[in-house]
Amino acid sequence: MSLDKATVKNIANLARLEVREDELDHLAGELSNILQFVEQLAEVNTDGVAPMTSVAHMELPRRRDEVTDGNYPERVLANAPERIDGFFVVPKVVE
Amino acid sequence: MSYVIEGETGDWELVIGLEVHAQVISKSKLFSGAATDFGAEPNTQVSLVDAAMPGMLPVINEYCIEQGVRTGLGLKAKINLTSVFARKNYFYADLPQGYQISQYEYPIVGEGEVILDMPDGSTRTVGIERLHLEQDAGKSLHDQHPSKSFIDLNRSGVALMEIVSKPDMRSPEEAAAYITKLRSILRYLGSCDGNMAEGSMRCDVNVSVRKAGEPYRTRAEIKNVNSIRFVHQAIEYEARRQVDLYEEGGQVVQETRLFDANKGETRSMRSKEHAHDYRYFPDPDLLPLNLTQDYVDAIKATLPELPDEKKERFIRDYHLSAYDAGLLVADQATADFFESVAKGRDPKMACNWVMGDFSAAMNRLGRTIDNPPVSAANLGGLIDLIADDTISGRLAKEVFELMVETGKAPAVIVDEKGLRQVTDTGAIEASIDAVLAANGDKVEQYRSGKDKLFGFFVGQVMKATGGKANPALVNEILKKKLG
Repeated sequence: MSLDKATVKNIANLARLEVREDELDHLAGELSNILQFVEQLAEVNTDGVAPMTSVAHMELPRRRDEVTDGNYPERVLANAPERIDGFFVVPKVVE
Repeated sequence: MSYVIEGETGDWELVIGLEVHAQVISKSKLFSGAATDFGAEPNTQVSLVDAAMPGMLPVINEYCIEQGVRTGLGLKAKINLTSVFARKNYFYADLPQGYQISQYEYPIVGEGEVILDMPDGSTRTVGIERLHLEQDAGKSLHDQHPSKSFIDLNRSGVALMEIVSKPDMRSPEEAAAYITKLRSILRYLGSCDGNMAEGSMRCDVNVSVRKAGEPYRTRAEIKNVNSIRFVHQAIEYEARRQVDLYEEGGQVVQETRLFDANKGETRSMRSKEHAHDYRYFPDPDLLPLNLTQDYVDAIKATLPELPDEKKERFIRDYHLSAYDAGLLVADQATADFFESVAKGRDPKMACNWVMGDFSAAMNRLGRTIDNPPVSAANLGGLIDLIADDTISGRLAKEVFELMVETGKAPAVIVDEKGLRQVTDTGAIEASIDAVLAANGDKVEQYRSGKDKLFGFFVGQVMKATGGKANPALVNEILKKKLG
């Protein structure tokens, strides 16, 4: 599978990455190479094999329903570029 | 009666499907130990997991799993013993992870059903497509500052159940009945408080229109409608808009719209046009969720009697109409209150009092069934006094109002106010004799054929006895004396 420039542009947009027009050809080539490398896996016959989501031989660990965390707004807000009255403040995002 | 929209080109049918986001009742979040209480100071109920700090890992809350399974069972749905959490990727200021952990191809609950109780007493079945568990996002406030938005992450990571219906509804009334019934079931189960005003139950509405017999046409999705009344209005507006569009030669495009409650209209959300590419993939931080049939069966054994079963029992055991039974069971506490009042008494009378004067007093005073204006024992006592002819039905209404005012037991009020019904025939006869003597002319007229005057005499006697004379006895003795 090989990607064209328009697809690369769309992927960049979805990932909120700014990509210059003159970088698109190069990136399309690199991404296509990565996909072709991964596509080698298609050579293996997986008929009747359930998808494997993890190699760990364990069950999903569970937590009890107890309040054990939070209540430290200072730590949560420590990296906020801007804040007012305990809120994160960001450029206006509204319809 | 089916609902149609009359257009220039004929009648159009409505097709509605609903996606309800129901906040799971739990102490802590779906994947973190932060609290979930509503109305806390901003960013206080946030763990570093909810704020998506690097290196933080989600650990699932076992009670939220149980709540999801319980809800699925309450919807008579298939429980999937293996389900998978996936990442739904999108950017928004109140979503710090850059993705929502949700379930996509393998939800925890599959197909089920909800039975609607329509206002005319009939029922309709709406299919459930699926229920899945997911994280809520944070909350954005856009009205605090002219050029900034404020973000509070307290809600970030709270567990939601997304409950998706099949496109089985055909009128705004059915959509409203669906939400009402779903909310009732969730409250019975204790899995969601159903509070739409606080946002713990939110609704996306899918609407399309078609001519009878056609396959489905393109639908529009109206996001985040937050009351049953608005769901009703949004559907009516959107259906009309689509009909007008088709009849002008246009096409409906599949898009996300928002409902403007002030203007009563839906509008396109242009920014969402390209947002549907969510690039779901299984979350590598979470293993598949495996349940055992024993686990599911153990939860099933703890389910309460749900509204549909309770309604059936009320119809069968109390001989109530489907309509009355439906009203009583909509709220579990109301149903319990009714059963206390009805125990050992005439159920129809108990139902009339609970849904009539009692409900009216509760609404008037802004009270709730958990803090009733009159206790079930006292309301039952009042019904006993009517049943044994101590007071008439008319006087009972007065006694009821005094009970609301004073909180006293009905028998106490009847004694204090001397309202006990007069069943002593001698006393009634004396009153009647006095009334007849004072109205000789009318007695004359009655005897010469003016039958209508009978009511006048009854009225006078009741007035003379302060409303306490037993009406049946008054009628009987009057007839004898006049005859």
